[in-house]
This record gives sequence, structure tokens and C-alpha cells, in this order.
Amino acid sequence: MTDAPDTLERPRSQWRDVWLQFRSHKGAMAGLAVFVTLILFVTLGPLIWRIDPTYIDPDPVRMIRGRNQPPSWAHPLGTDQLGRDMLARMMAGGQVSIAVGLVAMSISVLLGTLVGVLAGYFRKLDNPLMRLTDLFLALPLLPLLLVMVMLFRDALARALGPETGTFLMIVTAIGVTSWMQAARIVRGEVLALKEREFVLAARSIGTPSRRIILRHILPNVMSPIMVAATLGIASAIITESALSFLGLGFPPDFPTWGRLLFDGVDYLQQYPERVIWPGLAISLTVLSVNYIGDGLRDALDPRIRGR
Amino acid sequence: MKLKTALLGAAAAFGLAPVAAQAERGADGEVKVLYYQAVSIVNPYLSSGTKDVEAASLVIEPLAGFDQDGVLFPRLATEIPTVDNGGVSADLTSITWKLKEGLLWSDGTPVTSEDVKFSWEYCTHPEGGCAQAARYEGVVAVETPDPLTVVVRFDAPKPNPYQAFVGSTSPILQKAQFAACVGAAASTCTAQNNAPIGTGPFRVVDFKVNDVVQMEANPNYRDPAKPRFATLTLKGGGDAAAAARAVMETGEFDYAWNTQINPELQAQMKAGGKGEFVTGFGTLVERIEMNMTDPSPGLPEGERSTVKHPHPILSDERVRRALSMAIDRNVLNEIGYGQAGRPTCNLVPSPAAFASDNTGCLTQDMAGAKALMAEAGWTDTNGDGILDKDGKKLSILYQTSVNAVRQDFQALVKGWWNELGVEVELKAIDASVFFGGDPGSPDTFQKFYADVEMYANNFDGTDPEPYLSQYLCDKIPGPDNQWQGENINRFCDPAYDAMVAELARTQDFQARTELAKKLNDMLTKDSMVVVPLIDRGRLSARSNTLGGVVLNTWDSELWNAADWYRVK
Repeated sequence: MTDAPDTLERPRSQWRDVWLQFRSHKGAMAGLAVFVTLILFVTLGPLIWRIDPTYIDPDPVRMIRGRNQPPSWAHPLGTDQLGRDMLARMMAGGQVSIAVGLVAMSISVLLGTLVGVLAGYFRKLDNPLMRLTDLFLALPLLPLLLVMVMLFRDALARALGPETGTFLMIVTAIGVTSWMQAARIVRGEVLALKEREFVLAARSIGTPSRRIILRHILPNVMSPIMVAATLGIASAIITESALSFLGLGFPPDFPTWGRLLFDGVDYLQQYPERVIWPGLAISLTVLSVNYIGDGLRDALDPRIRGR
Repeated sequence: MKLKTALLGAAAAFGLAPVAAQAERGADGEVKVLYYQAVSIVNPYLSSGTKDVEAASLVIEPLAGFDQDGVLFPRLATEIPTVDNGGVSADLTSITWKLKEGLLWSDGTPVTSEDVKFSWEYCTHPEGGCAQAARYEGVVAVETPDPLTVVVRFDAPKPNPYQAFVGSTSPILQKAQFAACVGAAASTCTAQNNAPIGTGPFRVVDFKVNDVVQMEANPNYRDPAKPRFATLTLKGGGDAAAAARAVMETGEFDYAWNTQINPELQAQMKAGGKGEFVTGFGTLVERIEMNMTDPSPGLPEGERSTVKHPHPILSDERVRRALSMAIDRNVLNEIGYGQAGRPTCNLVPSPAAFASDNTGCLTQDMAGAKALMAEAGWTDTNGDGILDKDGKKLSILYQTSVNAVRQDFQALVKGWWNELGVEVELKAIDASVFFGGDPGSPDTFQKFYADVEMYANNFDGTDPEPYLSQYLCDKIPGPDNQWQGENINRFCDPAYDAMVAELARTQDFQARTELAKKLNDMLTKDSMVVVPLIDRGRLSARSNTLGGVVLNTWDSELWNAADWYRVK
């Protein structure tokens, strides 16, 4: 009897349950491990591997000898056609690609959640907002991006410098053209949630809409939002790669994974690794992020938790 | 059994038929040509893009052209007029061309001197924005005493009268077809510009703009045995490496134009065994052009890169010179061209008689460049590695077309300029947009919305006069001439204009070469407005099964497509 307090389990937090469930998903754990490794590779890597990714040896003889080197201790991934270190380029490229993915995803999730919650909660806004969503869904993304690149690249590059300007333009462009899926999912969830008893109860005691949304609705739609977000990272990275591959993204000397892929295509037959490394990195990122999303969906759904 | 034998016999007969008819027009089926810059228009008067001029050279022809040695030969004319045969007047103010008898347009109507006269009127119309106006420099009248005789009169003695109606950039248009397309209406005549009626070996059947041109043998071509191919497909798109691969490795195409790829890839593709590279040194020079006007996006549209605003940095000759001195041209050649190029300091690298002995730029001089920058007042006052002057950073935008070699050049040149203390922003534009000449696009090389740009250009023919006269003050592209001028740098020097006029008056060959060299030096080593990098050999790929290909660096590369045949 006196031992009772010892046998009582400590109260379990919701996030701990989620984490326990997430851990049981092997694919998701592997994905998380890979994704964290990639992020460490591109963020901490350059601190250890301190070669400048755009460094070209000023001495012509050494430069010409140092071109297209196979992997060695001095250059673990070899060098490119101008003797630049591929490992350093992969790290620098990854920073940009992953940053584009994360920022574009945040923009699209923010927009999608905002539109979805507003459309689901306020009946008057439902129709106009959903038609707007349909309109955006009907827009072809790539041609739209090409037009935006043509119209705004110069203006932004002038205002913020070529790298920051292009970065902002690309993440904004991807963000504002990929929020529609999230908005639709969130709206559906909100429509169901707002008729539930706890929301009615909250309303009956006079809780203002703002607070109902923040306290009762948003925490309950977190699960689909998280899943949409992880998938969004993957598609943003792929879109950026496609733009760089077409030569329309960042300036030509600014490495991103897509740009490295584009530069490597000419050497595909002689030096296939030039294409394989960035291609592998893009695929791994997208795959791992998708697995994480899969695991999160399972973990955030209380109905299958513990199974 | 009997039926089977009969069928076999018939099949054998059909199978043998093409062999028997080998010397006939159209006997060799289809030839596929790949131009990785897609053709936009089949009228060289409305486009300065090489791809458009060369596509058009299959359809419309000048009176005379240049062969692979740069020697004139008659096309529509009976012979080359000279002072000796009386075709050129003794005072050099007129030239008389005789058209071949019985020449027919592809629609069956006869070619007359009226058509020749019309072509001149078409290109010299003040509102037409003709891209090849330099060819008609100094022509005051074209007279047609009879249907087969054309007399071209010049405003002054013209020692080189072989400019108008000579070479693929000044072909003869059919008057009946283009009569309504003169002046401002020129660019609106889409049907005519896309399928001109011509005298060349082929005629356009179907044209998808910026994609593919389908052609068939011209039924009225003057040589009944030519062309040997019944149809010709001129496909556009892709890039230089893919184009070379399509001929050398997969064999999908018979001929690929301008397969500018790195030396390593060349060696590898040769091993494919399906084709070979053809090279020839001509006048093609890869160069960096300095913008003498301000391309700042802060200026209102229509004033950017126009003579209203001189360039704030590059107007100083010392800055231009320092930028040139910092470049190591030997390294560029080694990386980009190998055997297919050689470093040069000249805008006119050949013919040998016209090439200046200007070799000062061939060795890199970084220390000298730095000293020159300091002399021009550019110093690094705030220690950020970038030169500045009066609080303004030395920062330039460097644009070119999307091409692996050019991007490597950009990276290398940027490295050297960074070392010099110049901040460089790179930009690469899709080649069909960059060279497309669309007045509505901000990214064409004519608009030049950048500080420096890199591309290659050449001249056809052996006389650089028209080429050098591209740098006259009145050839500056701007909104008033639909951005069609050839003076890309917006260089304007009255002394230069006067010397071009003198060149046009000079008759003695020796004196002409001296003048041309002086003009070349004025643009290059004296003023550094044009910074030549590499004298590029023409490198194209042909399939082993395509015979008759002779690479011509003095005229259109497709100059002898009528003689091409299938190797059996």
C-alpha cells in the first residue's frame, strides 16, 4: 500500500506517445536518420571540409592537371571540369536545395492552413476561398515559374543581390503555387471538427472564434498539416532542381544540387559520378522526407497508436 | 507459286529502281540536319541569327556566294563581274550582274532583275529594321535595263563591290511574294517570312517556329539532277553536346551544326564511330563585348542600354583594358576548345592579309591590370576585396547563352576578375532567346541589358568591310530601330566612322588591308571595346553516310547542300 506512489506511472505527454509510435515505424526512423545525416552533412560539413566550392586554382598548369580527378583523399568525390572540389560543391549545393525545400514548405503550409481553416470555419468565406484554390490548382506551375523568373529576377537581384534575390523569388514562387493540397485537406478536417461536441461546448460558453480556432481546431488538424508539410519539402526540392536543371534558377556559378546535375549531364558518359552524387542526394532527401511523413501520419493518428 | 514469283519479281524491280536512278533529283530520300538553336524565321533580312541565315540559305540564294576557300563563285549570276570582264565600271562606282537564263522560282515563275532590285528596296526601307542593312552600305540605286541585267550603283567608288546580293546574308527575295511586306509591315508578314519562295535546292513545306522546318526538293531547281535528297528536315532544339551525340553516337541525324563541345568529349564521341567532326578556321571569334551604355534596370524602359546614358564604369578605357589583361586566353582555349580554337586578340583573325599583328593580350598580366585599376581611381577602401570609387562598388553583370563551354569560361573569367577586385554576377540565357532577336524579350544580345556579354560572331565573305562597318554610330540598336542594329557595344567614334568611309573609297588591296587592320585595332587593342578571346574553328558533325559535305567558313555552312548525297 505504501508503495503505491512508486508503481504509478508518470503522466504520459501526448508528444511522448507520438514519438513512441513514430519509433515503431522502421521506415520513418531510417528516413529520419538519413535526413538528419544529410542536414548535418550540408550544415556542419563545410565547417570541417573547408575548401571553397567555387575555388579554381589560379595557376593554369595545376588547374588543368586538377580537372576531372577521380575520388582521392584530397578530393573524396573527385573534381569537376574546372578542378573544383565536388564534395565542397555538394555541401554548398545541399544547403541551398534543403533551405529552399524547408522555406518553401513553410510558406505553403502557412498559406494552406490559413486558407483551409478560414474556408472550413467561416461559411461565408468557404465558397470564394475554395474557388480561389481551384484557380491555383488549374495554374501550371512550371510555365508560371518561368514567367516569374523572367519578370522578377532582375528587380529582386538588384534589390537584394543575385543569390538572396533568386532564393526569395524561388521559395515564394514555389510556396504560393503549392499550398492548395494542404488547404483542401485542412478545410475538410475543420468542417468535421467544428460540429464536434467540444467545439459546440466552447462556443456555447461564448468563446470567440479566434480562440476556438487556436485552442481547439488547430491542434486537432496538426496531423494532416504535418504530413502535407513533409511532402511539400520533397516537391519543393524537386521543383528547384527542375528550374536549375533548365538553367533558370540560381546564377550559373552558384551550386545547387539541380545545377550540379545540369552541369554533369555533358559528362554523363565519361564521369557518371558527376551526375550520380547530386542525383542520389536529391533522391535520398525526397525519399527520407516521404518516409518521415508516412511515420508522422501514423504516429499522429490516435486511432492506430499502440498497434 | 506463279503469283509468288510475280510478286517477288515486282519487289525486285522496285528494289532496284532507286539504284538505277541514282543521279536523279530526290533519289537519296531524306536528310536530317540538326541545328541546336532552333530556326525562328526563314528570312535573313529580319534576323541576324546565324541559324536563321543558314536555314534560309537552303531556300533563297544570292547572286554569288563564297566557296570553302573564300573565293567568289556565281549562283544566280552567269559569272563574277570584274573590271577586266567589264562587269565593274572602271571608276568602281557600278557593278553589272547578268542573271542566268531560264531561272525559275520554286513556284514556276521566272526570276527577273526586278526581284533583285526589290530585295534591295526591301532591306533598305527606313522603317523595315533590316538586320543586314550593312550589306547595302553605299548603294544608291539598283537599275534593271532588261529582265536579266542588274546594275548596282554606288555613291562613291567601291573597291569591294561584292557585298550587295553576295553571300547568304543578302539573298534575292521574290518581288511578287514580298511586295506587300515592305517597311513597317515586314515583320508582320508571317506566311512570307516563314516560307519564302526561292531559287535554292529546297523549299519549305512546313515550318514550326522555333522547332522544326520541313523542306522538300525544289522542283524548279536549275540543276535537274540536284538536290539528291527528296526531303530535308531541319530540326532545332537541344544543346551542342546532344546534337553531336545525335550524329556521332546514335546516328539519328546526318549533320549537326556548330557542335561546340569540350575537347575531352570530342575525343570520346569520335570513338562512337558513326560520324566525324569537320573543322575549319574562319572568322568566328568568341569575344567579350563591353557595353558602352548604362544597362541599369533603374532607368526607364526604352532608355536602358541606349546612347542617352553612357556606362558609369566601363566608359573608362583603363577599366576595360584591365579587365582584358586579367584574362588568360591560353587557359580558356585549353579548357574549351583544344584543337578547335586558338587564342586571339583580333576581331578580324583572318583572311591572313587582313589580320592585325596584335598579340599583346595573349599573356595574362594580373599585376599590370591591378595597377591600371588603381590608376583609374578604383581602390579597395573598405577592405572587402571589391574595388570601389566614390562609394560605388565595381560590380558587373556578365551574361552569355546556356552552353557548357561558355559557363566554364564564365566561371574562369569570374575567378580572374574577382582576383582583380571586381564583383561579377553571372547570367546564362537560353540560346534561342539570347540570339532570337525578339524585340519584346529583355534577354537578347542586342538589347544588352548587362555590363558585358560573351558570344561569338563572324562575317561571311573574305572582306571585313561590312563587318567593320557594323560598329558605325548609326548601327546602334535601340527602341527606334526595333533593337535590330549590329553595333552591339554601342561604340561610337567619329574617327572610326571616317575611317570606315575611307575604307569604302580605297581601291588598292594593300591599302585596304592596312585600313582594316587599323579599324580592327581601334576596336580591340586601342579601345578594348571588344575583347576577343578565342578564334574558333568551325566544328560540326557529319554522319559517315552523308557525302559531299564541305565545311565553309566564309558563307553559310549549308552552302552546298544541293551536292550532298547518301553514301551507300
